[in-house]
Amino acid sequence: MAIDWRPTASIETLRERARLLDEVRAFFAARGVLEVETPVLGHGGSTDVQLASLSLEATTPAGRERLWLQTSPEFHMKRLLAAGSGPIFQLARSFRDGEVGRRHNIEFTMLEWYRPGFSLDELIEETVALIRTVLGRDPGPLRRRRYRELFREGLGFDPFSIELDALRQLAGERGGLDMRDAGRDGCLDLLMSLVIEPELGHEGVDVVVDYPASQVALARRHRDPEDGEWVASRFEVYLAGLELANGYDELIDADEQRARFAEDNAARRQLGLPEVEVDRRLLAALEHGMPAGSGVALGIDRLLQLALGRASVAETMAFATPNC
Amino acid sequence: MASYSTNEFKGGLKVMLDGDPCAIVENEFVKPGKGQAFNRVKLRNLITGRVWERTFKSGESLEGADVVDLEMEYLYTDGDMWHFMKTDGSFEQYAVEKKALGDTIKWLKEQVVYTVTLWNDNAISVTPPNFIELEVVETDPGLKGDTAQGGSKPATLSSGAVVRVPLFINQGEVLKVDTRSGEYVSRA
Repeated sequence: MAIDWRPTASIETLRERARLLDEVRAFFAARGVLEVETPVLGHGGSTDVQLASLSLEATTPAGRERLWLQTSPEFHMKRLLAAGSGPIFQLARSFRDGEVGRRHNIEFTMLEWYRPGFSLDELIEETVALIRTVLGRDPGPLRRRRYRELFREGLGFDPFSIELDALRQLAGERGGLDMRDAGRDGCLDLLMSLVIEPELGHEGVDVVVDYPASQVALARRHRDPEDGEWVASRFEVYLAGLELANGYDELIDADEQRARFAEDNAARRQLGLPEVEVDRRLLAALEHGMPAGSGVALGIDRLLQLALGRASVAETMAFATPNC
Repeated sequence: MASYSTNEFKGGLKVMLDGDPCAIVENEFVKPGKGQAFNRVKLRNLITGRVWERTFKSGESLEGADVVDLEMEYLYTDGDMWHFMKTDGSFEQYAVEKKALGDTIKWLKEQVVYTVTLWNDNAISVTPPNFIELEVVETDPGLKGDTAQGGSKPATLSSGAVVRVPLFINQGEVLKVDTRSGEYVSRA
């Protein structure tokens, strides 16, 4: 069989990609947000149970060390914030093992930016403005959709109060697979992927807010004004059924961050997943103090896919993973 | 057989599902923002031809299916079974049931080479070549001079298939037909 050496994106698409990345840079320059470059390798990695990190061994001044390919530039950028950088953005190569598909590539480009002093709402507005700029057209009105409302409307139950057994049965039926041993979030994730997500972002930009507290990741929590239930202070942006961005009211409490890392690694041990080295420098930076504010990570390859009308992220990259 | 994990599910891979051999048609990796990953997989059941859609947790695996496609020449039918012979010089023959032949039964012609799909060495389906040449055994008389387009009529071919042909085609002529669409292509 002939070796497929050709790029997965056409040269014309790569020209468009370069032009749109220029627009991203102009967008932030006009708003006084500094472009930064942080390392792809770090001594710590993401402990997130749902992310598989890649790591390698390198010879450094400290000898042979394990270094982690970053799943997003978050930890390094937060250290810059703690050092007084002010608002910053980055177009960062990021790596997530095993994630290959129409919307995924193991190595991809994350557009991540941080806004000290911004509320979540202010960052949502800015994220939608950035999306409008890159798309070159109005994507339609912005709608805030509460996580539990989406489940109530789309599936007819409250994701916060439904009994676990009933939830497992529903998820199993919808997905046609055995979910009897699944956890609460696993079931909700399945229903989100299969039922809710495909319907989002077809009449405008849908911004999902108030996630269950168990899906808090690196965001803060707040009380749901409706019933005082704890919810995660984060948002996700959907357009045309695609998840484009994930934003947090950033956790800045070092002790809470340390506890979440430890919880993640405990969950990893229980699931038989490899533990990930905790980023001690991030914890030290948080102890020093990071300004409160909001940050967001946006999969720029997916946004380019939408802007350029391509069928997959592979068609926006010079060489997608199967062809790298 | 080896087993295959969801990230190895590529189009064409043969796996066992619910006791039947299936071919992967499509595999989509889905993952909500920060959540658990799943694969939405379309598989064609190689026995029934039906396409199933299933969801798997990423990293789950399925047993591979011992399925091979072989080129075989059609020999004859004894009314019960249809007999094919390998084209690799071994002269090895396989008897195929009517159920496994499916729609291909109407495209059978002696000495033509077909793709026979074997599962655990039993024939489960037969695929005809994309184009086949067959004689017209029955059709209304041809209209002389009418070679312009427009107008067609049914014609029964020697294999039993009925296809729409232009009005100028006569009984006894040999036609090239596309077996995928069942459409007339040209005179052979």
